[in-house]
Amino acid sequence: MSDFPWLLLMIALPAVGAAVVAALPRGRSLLAKQVALGVSLAVLLLAVLATLAFDPDGDRFQLTTSVSWIPDFGADFALGVDGIALVMLLLIGVLVPLVVGASWHEADTGPRPPRVFFAWLLLLEAMMVGVFAAVDVLLFYVFFEAMLVPMYFLIGSFGGPRRQYAAVKFFLYSLVGGLIMLAAVIGLYVVSTSQLGEGTFAFDALRQLDIDPDVQKLLFLGFFVAFAIKAPLVPFHTWLPDSGAEAPIGGAVLLVGVLDKVGTFGFLRYCLPLFPDASRFFAPFVLVLAVAGILYAALLAMGQSDMKRLVSYTSISHFGFIALGIFAFTTEAGTGAVLYMVNHGIATGLLFLVVGMLIARGGSREIGDYGGVARHAPKLAGAFLVAGLASLALPGTNSFVSEFLVLIGSFPERPVFTVVATAGIILAALYILLMYQRTMHGPPRGVLLADAGPEAPQEAQQAHGATATLTAPTRTLRVTDLSRRELAVVAPLVALIIGLGVYPQPLLDLIEPAVSATLSDVGTDTGGTDR
Amino acid sequence: MIEVPDLSFAALAPLLLVLGAACLGVLVEAFAPRDVRHPVQVAIALVGTGGALVATLLLAGTHEVTAGGALAVDGAALFLQATIAGLGALSILLFAERSLDPARSAFVVSAAVPAGSPRDRELVTTPRVQTEVYPLATFAIGGMMLFVAANDLLIMFVALEVLSLPLYLISGMARRRRLLSQEAAVKYFLLGAFASAFFLYGLALVYGATGSVRLSDIRAAGPDGGGDVLLVLGLALLVVGLLFKASVAPFHTWTPDVYQGAPTPVTAFMAACTKVAAFGAILRLLYVAFGTAEWTWRPLVYAVAIVSMVVGAVLGLTQTDLKRMLAYSSVAHAGFLLTGVLGLGGGGEGSGLAATMFYLLTYGLTTLGAFAVLTLVRDGDGEATHLSQWAGLGARSPLTAAVMTLFLLALAGIPLTAGFTGKFAVFRAAIEQGAWPLVVVALLASAVAAFFYLRVIVLMYFSEPVADGPTVGVPGVPTTVVLAVTATATLALGILPGAVLELAEQAAIFVG
Repeated sequence: MSDFPWLLLMIALPAVGAAVVAALPRGRSLLAKQVALGVSLAVLLLAVLATLAFDPDGDRFQLTTSVSWIPDFGADFALGVDGIALVMLLLIGVLVPLVVGASWHEADTGPRPPRVFFAWLLLLEAMMVGVFAAVDVLLFYVFFEAMLVPMYFLIGSFGGPRRQYAAVKFFLYSLVGGLIMLAAVIGLYVVSTSQLGEGTFAFDALRQLDIDPDVQKLLFLGFFVAFAIKAPLVPFHTWLPDSGAEAPIGGAVLLVGVLDKVGTFGFLRYCLPLFPDASRFFAPFVLVLAVAGILYAALLAMGQSDMKRLVSYTSISHFGFIALGIFAFTTEAGTGAVLYMVNHGIATGLLFLVVGMLIARGGSREIGDYGGVARHAPKLAGAFLVAGLASLALPGTNSFVSEFLVLIGSFPERPVFTVVATAGIILAALYILLMYQRTMHGPPRGVLLADAGPEAPQEAQQAHGATATLTAPTRTLRVTDLSRRELAVVAPLVALIIGLGVYPQPLLDLIEPAVSATLSDVGTDTGGTDR
Repeated sequence: MIEVPDLSFAALAPLLLVLGAACLGVLVEAFAPRDVRHPVQVAIALVGTGGALVATLLLAGTHEVTAGGALAVDGAALFLQATIAGLGALSILLFAERSLDPARSAFVVSAAVPAGSPRDRELVTTPRVQTEVYPLATFAIGGMMLFVAANDLLIMFVALEVLSLPLYLISGMARRRRLLSQEAAVKYFLLGAFASAFFLYGLALVYGATGSVRLSDIRAAGPDGGGDVLLVLGLALLVVGLLFKASVAPFHTWTPDVYQGAPTPVTAFMAACTKVAAFGAILRLLYVAFGTAEWTWRPLVYAVAIVSMVVGAVLGLTQTDLKRMLAYSSVAHAGFLLTGVLGLGGGGEGSGLAATMFYLLTYGLTTLGAFAVLTLVRDGDGEATHLSQWAGLGARSPLTAAVMTLFLLALAGIPLTAGFTGKFAVFRAAIEQGAWPLVVVALLASAVAAFFYLRVIVLMYFSEPVADGPTVGVPGVPTTVVLAVTATATLALGILPGAVLELAEQAAIFVG
């Protein structure tokens, strides 16, 4: 079974699906949506089957496929996954069908026909699979950069009012990072040419190189900047709140849920094993950025009035935790970080989806435009609460396991950083609970009031300040609870949050061998492997 | 008594085909009746260039010096000749497009009629077309193909003139906005004449220093340390003349005006083919004649490459006209090409030659395609090239916008397009030769340049259509063929470039 080209199929299927959807005639939006859903579910099935075919204790890279691609550059179309990449593929497989479901009606309201949305979405899925499945550095780079194009069009064509600005900012930030990485990729190739006699991009061959420490530092920085922009770490983060806020909900889910994970994935897959000396040298600096990001982004998140921006900032804070776990160089912390990548995709994905459902009802992204929704839409509020609690890593939710692993794994190596980072947990509780409380509880107010016209929100708010107790009981919200379609989107994620919170072992079994293999490349794993 | 030099007709077949077609075109112009001229001229030009393309492919693997040592038919010459012939044939197809302009052609009926005169206004809307452009363009293509094979500075100069003079003429032949077009032609001619003079003076100095105009003799007589003032000065002047043709900053000042004023098919032709020819000559001059003196020119080229990339990328940002924007993009790309030129060691080692040739091919195809798209978007007064007029094109004409997007992404060097493969190849060559600071500058310039390509995409897709926007013409067969070929090639060379890269690698040999 392991000879079956699972990964190739997981790239080809959505790519072909995208072409089919794009070629559908103008009037067939429903068919476009159905094809997109079918294809994305098929990819999920493939991901699950590939996981079953994967042996956690076997070779480092499995399910490999390799075809000579550009012989002149020594580049192969080589695919393969370790446990880390595999769990990311599972995450993609889970999220994309849900995004299709969540965007079912949202795509109709965009300025462009809905089939365009779903075509870009499927193409994005193909590229995302490719970026995690590539075991050839050039192939990785190609997917890494090409991935920008569908996301750029998703933000630019279907996003919010400032979508032009957000799309261009997103593209340029990533492109600059990517180009810096390109210099390092070529540099790596040149080093391989001089050491192996023949240039190669094969990850396994490059891992064996013995690179001069000074050169390592330069190359490390080239890769690091690209990944730090992608992840994003403070101070490279300013594009994410804009993109997250302006992207359509489906795009935002994939942006923070998967696309940005390419950054942290890149740290683990490329920065650490290829440049071990430089990684050790730069680790303290990266940890400073990571911890600063945890606190700084959490503080900024508390100050946001726009829900989508708030969720984007929480993500930046969470990426700090992931980076902390990776650069602590212990198997426990690294495993926690990878699990965090998955859990964050699930929790923040759900949070974005629920926020999107709320925004779809009220038409505003402002926290202040909502209040008291829980009484009228209990299911929506429940899903919101679960997502929020997962986001602040309450025990019993999936995120608790990963956050705890990161902190406990980092503490022996980096006690100071870990202690400071722990403060981020408290801030997380604040920003999440404040948003939940303001929108879901309290007296009904804002844009959803039954008699609130287009201009009413501000009046309503002022009225609320003066005579809330008198007016509130007489007013009701005009809000529907989750529809069956929305429930179907939310339920799997809620189930995963609770399920992985209670029993994360299957994922840990996949992740841990890969992380310890990665860290053995760095040669800094100073124990802590026995959990 | 002068001996007749030994001519290898087989090796010269591509040149003979193109120049023969050009001469035949002149005869047709003189003797054929007016109503059959257009199809006949197009056919002759296409057969000439297409035949030359086939001939170069058949000659693959030839390495010889012929015509008394004046012409080198080697891998590099043949690859570049094939590129020029192919791109030239596509340009001829663009020239032949008759269904876009209501007046049936992009070229003025009678160039001699003063612009704006009553007779001129009468002629603007006549369905008559002018066919002299075909032999002229064919001569230019012939000159370009000779240029890249010239093994002798004098031949190189003759080729430079053969390719330049027809270009000056056809730049001034726009059917609409004739004054702009004529201004462009005069500007191009004047500055081009200066460049030719530089080249000629450099040639004289080099002859004075070495006693020969043959590239291999110059190499043999060349100094090792670069101490010979006459030779160094001559080299500098020769290079300036060539950099002018390649529109490398700071010798680029003609480029935006001429690109904007010339009829768009001619702009496409110049942007694609002239660039190939000029870089072919630069490569041959620097490596065959001055390869041993590389440390005299390397710093110069290094600096010029940086200037060109920065000037092209930064000034491109401020442009509001698409043709001017693509002109500055061409300046920036000239800088990237010089990066590839520097990726070749003095002894010809390294992958710089193959990379530069591959880049020329990809850039030529992409830029030709981009200009071809420009010919489609029109308003009442010809092509609508102002940026603001392109707003919302994606909604109105999705296919045109999609094709343009592909070309713009390729020019920006996004992976899975030909532009990325080309950039990767030249940057790799440069880093292998230790020129990584140059590559870092090139990457930053790419990022800046990406912004102005992106701006067009933003306008096309993310902006509301303007009320009285331009219409998108339905292209006839010739333009459709051009767009199909260039778009397919841009994608194919991005996704599966292996075979063509291999070809370039095998062809990367100079005899001398």
